[in-house]
Amino acid sequence: MPQTIIEKVWKDHIVYEEKGKPDLLYIDLHLLHEVTSPQAFEGLRLNNRKVRRPDLSFATMDHNVPTINRTNITDPVSKKQIKTLADNCREFGVPLAHMDHPDQGIVHVIGPELGLTQPGKTIVCGDSHTSTHGAFGALAFGIGTSEVEHVLSTQTLWQSKPKTMEIKIVGELGFGVTAKDVILAIISKFGVDVGTGHIVEYTGDAIKGLSMEERMTICNMSIEAGARAGLISPDEKTVDYLRGRAHVPEGEEFSALKDKWLNYASDEGAVYDKTLEIHTDEIEPFVTWGTNPSMGSGISSSIPYATDYQESSEQQELKQALKYMDLEEGTPLSAIEIQHVFIGSCTNSRLSDLRQAAKLIEGKRVHQDVRAIVVPGSFSVKLQAEKEGIDKIFMDAGFEWRESGCSMCLAMNDDIVPPGERCASTSNRNFEGRQGAGSRTHLVSPVMAAAAAIHGHFVDVRHMLNVHA
Amino acid sequence: MEPINKLTSIITPLDRVNVDTDQIIPKQFLKRIERTGFGEFLFYGWRFKEDGSKNEDFVLNDPLYEESTILLASHNFGCGSSREHAPWALLDYGFKVVIAPSFADIFYNNCVKNGILPIRLNEETVEILLKDSKGKKNQLSIDLENQTIESISSGRVTFDIDPYWKEMLLNGWDEIALTFQFEDQIVQYEKSHS
Repeated sequence: MPQTIIEKVWKDHIVYEEKGKPDLLYIDLHLLHEVTSPQAFEGLRLNNRKVRRPDLSFATMDHNVPTINRTNITDPVSKKQIKTLADNCREFGVPLAHMDHPDQGIVHVIGPELGLTQPGKTIVCGDSHTSTHGAFGALAFGIGTSEVEHVLSTQTLWQSKPKTMEIKIVGELGFGVTAKDVILAIISKFGVDVGTGHIVEYTGDAIKGLSMEERMTICNMSIEAGARAGLISPDEKTVDYLRGRAHVPEGEEFSALKDKWLNYASDEGAVYDKTLEIHTDEIEPFVTWGTNPSMGSGISSSIPYATDYQESSEQQELKQALKYMDLEEGTPLSAIEIQHVFIGSCTNSRLSDLRQAAKLIEGKRVHQDVRAIVVPGSFSVKLQAEKEGIDKIFMDAGFEWRESGCSMCLAMNDDIVPPGERCASTSNRNFEGRQGAGSRTHLVSPVMAAAAAIHGHFVDVRHMLNVHA
Repeated sequence: MEPINKLTSIITPLDRVNVDTDQIIPKQFLKRIERTGFGEFLFYGWRFKEDGSKNEDFVLNDPLYEESTILLASHNFGCGSSREHAPWALLDYGFKVVIAPSFADIFYNNCVKNGILPIRLNEETVEILLKDSKGKKNQLSIDLENQTIESISSGRVTFDIDPYWKEMLLNGWDEIALTFQFEDQIVQYEKSHS
């Protein structure tokens, strides 16, 4: 019987199964960072337990590291959290990419970069955006700190098998439309909880046409649709991306691994518990205007009216969101002025994101009322961008060029959007206060963020790209 | 964790859909390295105004609900970030039960691992309970063993829970200690996959 990749990977990792119980799943890779791990390590110490497989664990510091001066962490509590991770990794023998290490970066950027992320693996991390690694055909999902402790101690997790869902993207992406717009359009169309209790596989020609970095952007935001995980069947692009990476074997071992990887792809005719479709005709460059990622629309449209919604709870939600965002129903999205631009985060901080944004701003200036920052996803992305002169393009245009980290996506370090101000952000969440208490976030693609930086308000990037062409 | 079985309390009604964990516990309070002490920051952005004074309009600041250990919310409660600080904050504040029509998956897991009972009830019952709990003391009794809730407004209603989680909650078991009993199987798996 034809199987989906979800069933194949799941079945391959069952350590123990019993009717009426969740399955005990083996975890191939456990990624850790400073915010959701300290209590887990403390739990190990209190119970006199060890890390079962330090060799299958990998830690880095990303959430609260400074992006200007690494040696100057002004917040003593942040400093303690970072030091605690270093101490814990030393004590328990867990490999760590410290904030000064060349492998450092956002955990979901470095996993693939180092080749730790591979098709068919089960990957967990105390971070909901772990779904990013699904781009490689890995079953990757976010867990809480108790589960982090469980994986550290046993290298397993008890998991009830979620249902399977296919989201098929029909057609080819239009001019100026990016992976970010696709995933924002999916969430807007189907809602923030469409994926609850499901693992999503993204399929369709549009997905096949995407680069690995673009696929990561799609899978990254699966959690924003409520999905337990989101993934894409591996293909030759997946194999090409991984070939030669630090943690990927070479030679014959690689050839064997490659075949194994490709076999994980969903079989022709495999059946999902649910299938949803979206046509690329429906997708244009997107901007969110509300306080959850489903509250967004194409750039050529306007903020909806409460009367556009049938349910009173939806109307109430819209009103609450617009009140927080200080926006009016019916306002064209292109009329919204912004004061900040953030290009970065585990969604959109990879080399291709920076290249596209840099190409757009080359020779232009950031609007006088806008403060714009670029935070590369990893030390390695930063280095490569600098080799290509991308840093110079950004700085010449008036952007700030920073060290790698999560930065303004969640503002746990000093990179904060002040109360009442608006940010065009390439990150993944526009929740109230996400980028700082009282801040207002609009989620967009890197090119849409770059375009907004130049104009001081949202613009249809397709017009700028046209001029370029 | 503390076992949980029977509990009676008035309900705190939080009538908002898609409440995300960034609201339950904002990120500026995630820097502690302990599991305790998060209660004072629960729903910080809604409980307090910008100047730090109490937002009297927010339900948690209503003295009516001071003794409540049951939080009643709308659908997709706990969406967004995987931060376990969210259930830690709820527990530290005094909530032992959260009722909603639906929960985000990670948040649900995080609750049961900390001895908070998350109860999924159908939309209609939640609506009735929300209506009857706004501005008044609406008492609810919960019996996990028998999987029932009972109040004057809802009558006696049953709820579903995975038997595995139920047992864990009833006994307050340490899941890791339980998993250690499967050491042989784990070793076997590792041998056959190395």
